[in-house]
Amino acid sequence: MDIHFLLGLIPTLLSGLPLTLELTVFSLLGGGVIALLLNGLRAGSIVGARVADFYVFLFRGSPLLLQIFLIYYAPGQFSFIRHSFVWPFLREPYVCALLALMLNDAAYTSEIIRAGLRAAPRGAIEAAVVGGMSPLTRLRRVILPLAFRQALPAYGIEITGMLKSTSLASVVTLMDVTGIASAEVSQTYRAIEVFLTAAVIYLVLVTLVTYGVQRLEGWLSPTRTPLSARSAA
Amino acid sequence: MWDDLTLLGFGAMGWGHALFTAATTTVAVSACAFALGLAIGTLCAWAKLSGPAPLRRLAEVYGVVLRGIPDLLVIYLFYFGGRQVATTVAGLFGHHGPVEISGFAAGAIAIGLISGAGQTEVLRGAYQAISPGTLEAAKVGGMTRWTMFRRIIAPQALPTALPGLNNQWQSAIKESALVSVTGLVETMREVGIAAGSTELPFLFYAAGIVIYLIITSLSGLVFRTAEWRAMRSQMPARAR
Amino acid sequence: MSLTRSNFLRASLLGAAGLATGPFIRAARAAIPAVVHIATEAAFPPFNMQSPDGKIIGFEPDMVAEIARRSRLNCVMVSQAWDGMIAGLTGGKYEAVCDSISITPKREQVIAFTVPYTTGSSGFAVMKDGGPVLPGNGTQIVLDDDAATKPAVAALAKALSGKILGVQVATIQNDFLTKYLKDSITIRTYASGPDVYLDLTNGRIDALMASSTNIAAFVKRSKGDMIRTGFTFTGGVLGLGSAIGLRQDEVELKAAFDTALTGMIKDGTLRGLSMKWFGTDITPAA
Repeated sequence: MDIHFLLGLIPTLLSGLPLTLELTVFSLLGGGVIALLLNGLRAGSIVGARVADFYVFLFRGSPLLLQIFLIYYAPGQFSFIRHSFVWPFLREPYVCALLALMLNDAAYTSEIIRAGLRAAPRGAIEAAVVGGMSPLTRLRRVILPLAFRQALPAYGIEITGMLKSTSLASVVTLMDVTGIASAEVSQTYRAIEVFLTAAVIYLVLVTLVTYGVQRLEGWLSPTRTPLSARSAA
Repeated sequence: MWDDLTLLGFGAMGWGHALFTAATTTVAVSACAFALGLAIGTLCAWAKLSGPAPLRRLAEVYGVVLRGIPDLLVIYLFYFGGRQVATTVAGLFGHHGPVEISGFAAGAIAIGLISGAGQTEVLRGAYQAISPGTLEAAKVGGMTRWTMFRRIIAPQALPTALPGLNNQWQSAIKESALVSVTGLVETMREVGIAAGSTELPFLFYAAGIVIYLIITSLSGLVFRTAEWRAMRSQMPARAR
Repeated sequence: MSLTRSNFLRASLLGAAGLATGPFIRAARAAIPAVVHIATEAAFPPFNMQSPDGKIIGFEPDMVAEIARRSRLNCVMVSQAWDGMIAGLTGGKYEAVCDSISITPKREQVIAFTVPYTTGSSGFAVMKDGGPVLPGNGTQIVLDDDAATKPAVAALAKALSGKILGVQVATIQNDFLTKYLKDSITIRTYASGPDVYLDLTNGRIDALMASSTNIAAFVKRSKGDMIRTGFTFTGGVLGLGSAIGLRQDEVELKAAFDTALTGMIKDGTLRGLSMKWFGTDITPAA
């Protein structure tokens, strides 16, 4: 292996890191909001529940790559879209990729939230009712914290999943870590070195996120005695 | 727009036949990948639970690496690097010149490697859910390891593992959309060719989504039926 | 070969490996094989495309058929996504690639090329409605001529100021834009040529730069919605044209292809195919 090539390669690939992180954070935020809306829709009415079910079915049952292609290439085919107010947004590859990532993330996250909400033990809710908590306080103080703790491991996997999925944004000209790696390969034809280095960057990121989520899980575990820990601090 | 729908049919100008063949390829490559993943998963789950230390560490590293790298990069690395490795290995056995791995095999192995990492965790979790008492009883009863696996572990772990395995199967189908780099003409690549040749991206990418939805939901149904039957067969045993 | 222990071991391991992987692995040979597989993207009309029944058709498949007839080779076109095309060639998946690939110095380090079958010049295309108007229509600039290049580039930079230009990654056109126009435009790079075309029709980019041949294909494909505009550039690295790519050790195959192609250019057969698919002549002068 050529050490000079590798040394030059690392900063080149890392210059795509801000975009990779940005896509990850924004798609998780946007996806999270849509996921909450989907759960609201589900709780609202039977029709709403059906709509939410179909949404989840649609986005979980087909490949993200195809969703990105559809959102990127299809609207341009129709002149009424090209002449509408949404076109200045859909014209940007960044917006298309982010939109696809968000919509996709929302389908998975809404299921995680749903499982979390179901996990609050009936006893805890009853105790909160008996204790005279208003429904809103109950949601805020009992159901959501329990749901959050319950959903955390699955959501941790979703975070790393999205981090990895942003690599697909490179197929619509975005220069994230994978996009830069692909361009570098088509210029140097040194596929193994370049893709391996990119893989290591993702591996480090995923490991850091996984470690962070595990720390958070430990910190929020019921076995830990929060009061004494807090007073000790 | 509606005239375009004849393009999806099976007539002379329709892409129906090509899309059907590609869908079959998607199912076939995903099935091979899933089977490979199941074999790797079983091996790694065993290594992690009761294998010797070096094997256990190997299985752990494999899991962390494969779950930490984007699928697209795993497939790229396998496609660009796998050929070199295969050629080098064949060279050691006295075979000269490049060795070619078919697009189908390359795709199936790459997705199989990814799937194996996920299936390891599913199978390990399912094994750990078996009550230790049952295993002890089987041991005391004098069962050999193989009999124990066949009569106790597999039947008890399988129903617990099925939902997780279903998830892994669905992932394998979706990951297969990334293997076009290997030259395999599966659903994603065929709709790409059709969209490029006809200049109707919406029609063909939407058709692609429908094809994947049909594959994932039909095969999901198979898994759910299996789950239901496995649960039912367990009922009397539990009642006893 | 004496049957020593290590030889025996090696032979049996090879046998076992062969049995296990037989259906998947096949050895590639250096001499011209009985069937010459030629990869193409099959999604770049009118160069190459797929008909609904799965046949690969277009200018290049016709050209390859004629080459095969003249050199008495059995050539089969296979489809391959652009991403893995060159790696597939060097790795031995097929014997040649024919996908409107421009000859570039970087590519020549990795693969060999036949004689070019298209003229080497590059230019710009925009949408007829609302696209920028570029100076120098119909004027060809030779890059080696500094006195002509400088004012042409300055005029282009002014007309394209603040615009987004699309170009295929790792091409000579990309190098040209980076070298001459980087400060006045935004360059967006694409993995494959057809993607640049799609995004110009979609209005995501204001103009594209490509080989004149590819632009001819784009204009033909858009049925007049897209037009060629501005200077064309040739000479230097831009003057090489596109050719069939081969592995560097395929000397015999290259010789066979070169002979057939040169003959087709001389007797006007290639020009005829160009008129059939493009309605214009994109082939090099005899």
